[in-house]
Amino acid sequence: MATQRLSIRRVISAGAIAGSAAASVAIVAVLAGVLWYILWRGVGAISWEFFTTDPTGDPTGDPAAPGGMRHAVLGTLALLLMASAVGVPMGILTGVYLSEYAGERWLAGPTRFVCDVLAGVPSIVVGILGYELLVVPVGGFNAYAGAAALAFIMAPIIARTTEEMLRLVPDSYRAGSLALGASKSQTIVRVVLPAAAGPTLTGVMLALARVAGETAPLLFTAGGARLISADLGQPFPSLTQQVFDYATSPFPSQREVAWAGVLVLIALLLTINLAVRLLLWRTRARAKPR
Amino acid sequence: MSTPGHTQGPASGDAAAAAPRAGYAIIEAIRRGEPVTGQTHEQVRDQPAVIRAADFSLWYGKSRALHAVSMPVPRHRVTALIGPSGCGKSTLIRCVNRMNDLVEGVRVSGRMELEGSDVYAPGTDVIGLRRRVGMVFQKPNPFPMSIFDNVVYPLRIHGQRSRSELAERAERALRGAALWDEVKDRLRQSALGLSGGQQQRLCIARAIAADPEVLLMDEPCSALDPVSTLRVEELIQRVSERYTVLIVTHNMQQASRVSHFTAFMYLGRLVEYGPTAEIFQNPRLPETEQYVSGRFG
Ligand SMILES: Nc1ncnc2c1ncn2[C@@H]1O[C@H](COP(=O)(O)OP(=O)(O)O)[C@@H](O)[C@H]1O
Ligand SMILES: [Mg+2]
Repeated sequence: MATQRLSIRRVISAGAIAGSAAASVAIVAVLAGVLWYILWRGVGAISWEFFTTDPTGDPTGDPAAPGGMRHAVLGTLALLLMASAVGVPMGILTGVYLSEYAGERWLAGPTRFVCDVLAGVPSIVVGILGYELLVVPVGGFNAYAGAAALAFIMAPIIARTTEEMLRLVPDSYRAGSLALGASKSQTIVRVVLPAAAGPTLTGVMLALARVAGETAPLLFTAGGARLISADLGQPFPSLTQQVFDYATSPFPSQREVAWAGVLVLIALLLTINLAVRLLLWRTRARAKPR
Repeated sequence: MSTPGHTQGPASGDAAAAAPRAGYAIIEAIRRGEPVTGQTHEQVRDQPAVIRAADFSLWYGKSRALHAVSMPVPRHRVTALIGPSGCGKSTLIRCVNRMNDLVEGVRVSGRMELEGSDVYAPGTDVIGLRRRVGMVFQKPNPFPMSIFDNVVYPLRIHGQRSRSELAERAERALRGAALWDEVKDRLRQSALGLSGGQQQRLCIARAIAADPEVLLMDEPCSALDPVSTLRVEELIQRVSERYTVLIVTHNMQQASRVSHFTAFMYLGRLVEYGPTAEIFQNPRLPETEQYVSGRFG
C-alpha cells in the first residue's frame, strides 16, 4: 500500500520533471531555430557593402542594387546616444530623488506610480504621443522627436532600477560619510552612487537594449530616411524602421537586406546583454566581502 | 537576589525581573517617575570638560529615551558609558555629533555643549560640528573603495586636493591607528578585503584623519574577535593622548581596561559617574554595585 502510493508519487514527480524538461527543450529549440534562421538568412545577405553604403533607391536591378544600411546603423547609434544623453541623467536623477530624498514625502508615491505606469506603456502610445507633440507642431518627422520618444521610454525604467539599486546600498555607508562631515549631496555623489555604480549601469544597459529594438515609437517620430543627414530636424533613419520598410517591400533584393538588418539588430542586443552579464558578474565578484 | 528574604522594605510587585528590587533608591525613584540626579564624583567635576550635557533630554516621537542627563566629559581622557542594553548610551553619544538628526521625530531639550557652545543651538553648522567630532560605529563601515581613498575621504570632502598632502596625512592617520605596517603595500586595494579588525582600525584612521577634537565610539569592538579587540583597545588608549574619547561599551572588562572615567546609565538616566576604578571597585550606589558585579542588565 505504502509502496504503491510511493510509486504513484514517483510516477507523478517523474512526469512533472519530464514535462518541464520537455517544455524547456521546446523553448530552447524554438529560440535556437529562430536564431539559426535569422543567422542563415542574414549571413547570406550581409556584406561589407551593408555597412558602407546607403540605399540606392533602385531596388529593381541586380542583388547589390538596393545598397546597404550604413545610414540605418549610424542612425540607430545616433538615436541611442541622443536618447541616452537625456534619458540616462533624467532617470538616474529621478532614482536618486526617490531613494535618497523623497522618503515618505507626498511626491514620492505618485512619482513611483507614474514611473511604473510609464515603464509599462505600450510603445505605440509613446509613438503617437511623440507624433502629436513633437512632429505635428514642427511640420515633419525629425531626429529630436525620435530621440525624445526613446528617452521617454528609457527614463522611467532607469529611474526605478536606480532607485532599487541605491536602496541596496547599506545605510552604514551613508551614516559613515555624514559622520565625517560630508554633506548629503557629497555623500550621494562620492559614496552612495559609486557603491551602486555596477548595478545602476546594468539598469541603463537594459533600458538601452529595450529601446534599441523599438520600432513603433520611431515610425511616428523620426520617420525614416534613405540618407543620414547631420540636420537633426529632418526625417532620420534607424535599423528597426528600415527593416520594417524593407521587410514589407515587394522587391526580393530589399527583403534580403532586411534580413541582414535583423541580424545586426540581434547582434547589437546580444552584445548589450552580454555586457550586462559581464558587468553583473564583475560587480558581484568585487562586492563579495572577505 | 530573587529570594524575598534578601529584600529590604516593601517589594515593588511590578519590578522588572532583571532589575534589583527594593532598597535601591534611584531605581525606586525612576519607577515612581520621579526625577533623579545621578551621583557624579568630585574627581570628574574637577576635570576640564570638552563636552558637557546639561539637563539633556531626548524623545523619539512620544517615547523619552534620555531623562535630564547632566554629564561633563573630561579632555584627553577616555570616558566609558556602560549600562544595560536600551538604556540610552548610543542615543546619548549620537547627540554629541547630532547623528540623531537623521532619525525622524527626534526632539531634545536641555543643552549639549562642545567647548562651551550648545550643539543644538539654532544655526549650528552641523557639518562643521561633525568635522570636530569623529565617530566610530559598532560595525566596521569602510566604504567600498581603496584603503587610501577611505582614509583621505574626510580630507577630500573638505577640499584637500594636494596629492603629497593627502599621502602624508593618510600615512599619519594609518600610523595613528596602528595599521600602517599592515597596509602600506596595498593602499590601492579595496578596503573590503581587510579583516574585520583591520577594517575597524581603518575606520578609526579615517575618523582621526581630519584631526577631530573628540572621538565617539559606539561599541567599537562588539563585532571583533578577541585579538582584534585587544588591538583596538590599545589603540583607544593611545589616541586618548590627543583626542577626547567617549566610548560606549557593553563589556565591563573593556570599560575597566580602556577608560579613565565610567558613567553608568540606566533607563535613560545617568546613575553614577566617576573614576573607572572607583565605579568598579568602590561604587557609591548599590545600583552601580549590582550592575558592575554583573547581577543584572
Ligand atoms: N531610531 C529610534 N527610534 C525610536 N526609538 C529608538 C531609536 N533608537 C533607539 N530607540 C530607543 O531608545 C532607547 C535607547 O536606545 P539606545 O540609545 O540604542 O540604547 P543603548 O545604546 O544603551 O543600547 C531604547 O528604548 C530604544 O528602543
Ligand atoms: Mg547601543
